[in-house]
Amino acid sequence: MRETRPVETTPARGDAVAPSAHRIPLTCDRLVTWADRQAGTVLVLPAVLVILALSIFPLLFSLYLSLARFQPVAGGFRFQFVGLLNYRKLFVGSEQEHFLGRLGSLGLFGWVVLVALAALFAVLLWRSLRAEPVTPLRLLGHGIVAVAGLAALWLAVGTIASGGRPGTLVVTWVYVFGGVALQFLIGLLLAVLCAQQLPGRRFFRVVFLLPMMITPVGVAYTFRMLTDTGKGPFAPVANWLGYANVSWVNDPWGARIAVMIGDLWQWTPFMFIVLLAALESQSPEPVEAAIVDGASRWQIFWHITLPQIAPVASTVVLIRLIEAFKIFDMPNVLTGGGPGTATESLTLHAYVLWRSLDYGTSAAVAYSLLFVVTFVGIAYVRLLHRRVTTLG
Amino acid sequence: MALHWRTSPTRPGPLAMLASYAILTVWALVVLFPLYWLAITAFKLPIHVNEGPTYVPFLDFQPSLHAWRYILVDLGNDTLRPYLNTVIVGITSSVLTLLLGAAATYGLSRFTYRIRLASVLVFLAGAVLAAAGMEFGLPWQLAVAGGLGAFALAWATALRRVGGPRLGNADIAFWMISQRMLPPVAIVIPIYILFQRLTLLDTRTALVIAYVAANLPIAVWLLRDYFQTIPIELEESAAIDGANRYQILWRIVLPLALPGLVATFLFIFVLAWNEYLLALFLSSAKAQTMPLLVAAQNATRGPQWWYMSVLILLMIGPVIALAIVLERYIARGLLLGAVRG
Repeated sequence: MRETRPVETTPARGDAVAPSAHRIPLTCDRLVTWADRQAGTVLVLPAVLVILALSIFPLLFSLYLSLARFQPVAGGFRFQFVGLLNYRKLFVGSEQEHFLGRLGSLGLFGWVVLVALAALFAVLLWRSLRAEPVTPLRLLGHGIVAVAGLAALWLAVGTIASGGRPGTLVVTWVYVFGGVALQFLIGLLLAVLCAQQLPGRRFFRVVFLLPMMITPVGVAYTFRMLTDTGKGPFAPVANWLGYANVSWVNDPWGARIAVMIGDLWQWTPFMFIVLLAALESQSPEPVEAAIVDGASRWQIFWHITLPQIAPVASTVVLIRLIEAFKIFDMPNVLTGGGPGTATESLTLHAYVLWRSLDYGTSAAVAYSLLFVVTFVGIAYVRLLHRRVTTLG
Repeated sequence: MALHWRTSPTRPGPLAMLASYAILTVWALVVLFPLYWLAITAFKLPIHVNEGPTYVPFLDFQPSLHAWRYILVDLGNDTLRPYLNTVIVGITSSVLTLLLGAAATYGLSRFTYRIRLASVLVFLAGAVLAAAGMEFGLPWQLAVAGGLGAFALAWATALRRVGGPRLGNADIAFWMISQRMLPPVAIVIPIYILFQRLTLLDTRTALVIAYVAANLPIAVWLLRDYFQTIPIELEESAAIDGANRYQILWRIVLPLALPGLVATFLFIFVLAWNEYLLALFLSSAKAQTMPLLVAAQNATRGPQWWYMSVLILLMIGPVIALAIVLERYIARGLLLGAVRG
């Protein structure tokens, strides 16, 4: 499927018949030369094949599943093709409130938040558009992102406003964008501190990695233990505050925050370790030069360190964004998606439907999630990632 | 230039040092408290857990080894077998992922690939036909042959230089990462059916294959940025000295990218070590892994916190050891030394 013409841009192999290679028998020599010439293909092909084998088949099957309805029949089951019925159910039918939520009245404050966020979004788009020459195709792409982004903002602010109820889609956005932003900031802070010449920093570096090492199911159960208002370590505090027997996990936002804290606890280490590695492999010359020029620590960080680690930072945020969209164990174990469906993420939504044998709608939720993630991923890569990495 | 360890430019002053320690200590406490709670729960009797929180062993409650005895002695082989499975699957899949991932990443960062869109479409069409064929009762061998045929056809399309716009390296990389986007809940059923057809269900092989495919995109994306920071001059001089691509990759690029390789290995190993959902579907008895055993302690009588804590601690042990051993490789100056030395 790929045209195997690795265009040699970089190291000039030149007339790469090595002086030493003459000693090898001719056929072997030829083989080596051939393999060397095909290096581009040989290097990438195994990975591509492995990923292909385990992605194309499941993807197509799931797509078919999302367009069908599961029917138990005598002696087994069958899938009946129903077209877009499952999707209709999600967006305008019986699952609408579960999936999209219910809009509340925005009020003055709601409008202010919405306009502020929209303005921020517009500035980001405008700057991205200005970065490269404007072509009709890019204009169209930015237009689509603008419309979709505004619709998403409106849905998020509208359902979170008083009287509204965010559906699983918006709850997932809260986990993803809120969670990843916090994880990035804390991870970056810790990485910068740990990259300094501090005595004992190795201890901190190892300790900070620990949460990532624990199986997510285990972390979820650990946090369920910790947040238990009867047996958990914070039970006396809860009692003292007058929450005895009233689990604070019963409050929708309390429960969502609990889920986010668990996720934060587990995944900040990932940000930390990757950013730390990036900080430690940056070249020291520019920093030294800046010190000679009398730059302040903040200036050095903002103008030299940050641009140097930007490609890694951008990648790590993208990976976490994608992974965070699939958040499952934490809400499933910690709150069971409750109270009601307040903490249910899209993956959990799909799982709940799947458990009740509604395979079709479950696959439709999963495909909607895939669509949202792909859209966010592409928008992120086009708007931000390409601008900070050289190879984009 | 002489290679010696100079004072780091980022050595903080006393006040900044104090502030740094304060922040680091706070976060260390945040990290350690849940682990402390896990550790003491592993030594509590059920009755002590249910009575309400107790904090300090010997003062608050009398520690007991009952949970450890149950897990290690009473369950015995039923704990050992999942443990061995987890170790074997974790190491095998991570090493394979790192090898394939490093090769692919090096290719993506040093060669320019151009794929015709038409080739991709031809391949996809072939795959759809093969899948549809399977759906209507063709034997799977025929379907696989069809898939390979489509692949060859796509290859031929590419070689004959026909059709449409071309896709570049960034598109390949994005395609790889996009494979992580579909929620596992949705792809796990097709994958189950796939391994069922291959009669690989409940084997470690199935888990290894699944984990390699699942973690490769992450490995490629993490390594890509490390490979880009390696100075190209070193590779050029090696090429002039007569080294071929594979020698350059093995002797120059990989050693230089070591911090990135270590970080990536650690990450994908942890992912494989802790993976739950795929294991839940692909293994039952023989290939059961530890996360399944942990979740299994949430029985009809409610979560058995004490057993769960013991199992989680058993799972954390080796990864902590690994983190301590490998941490030193993520040290500063490897690249620095190479350019200067």
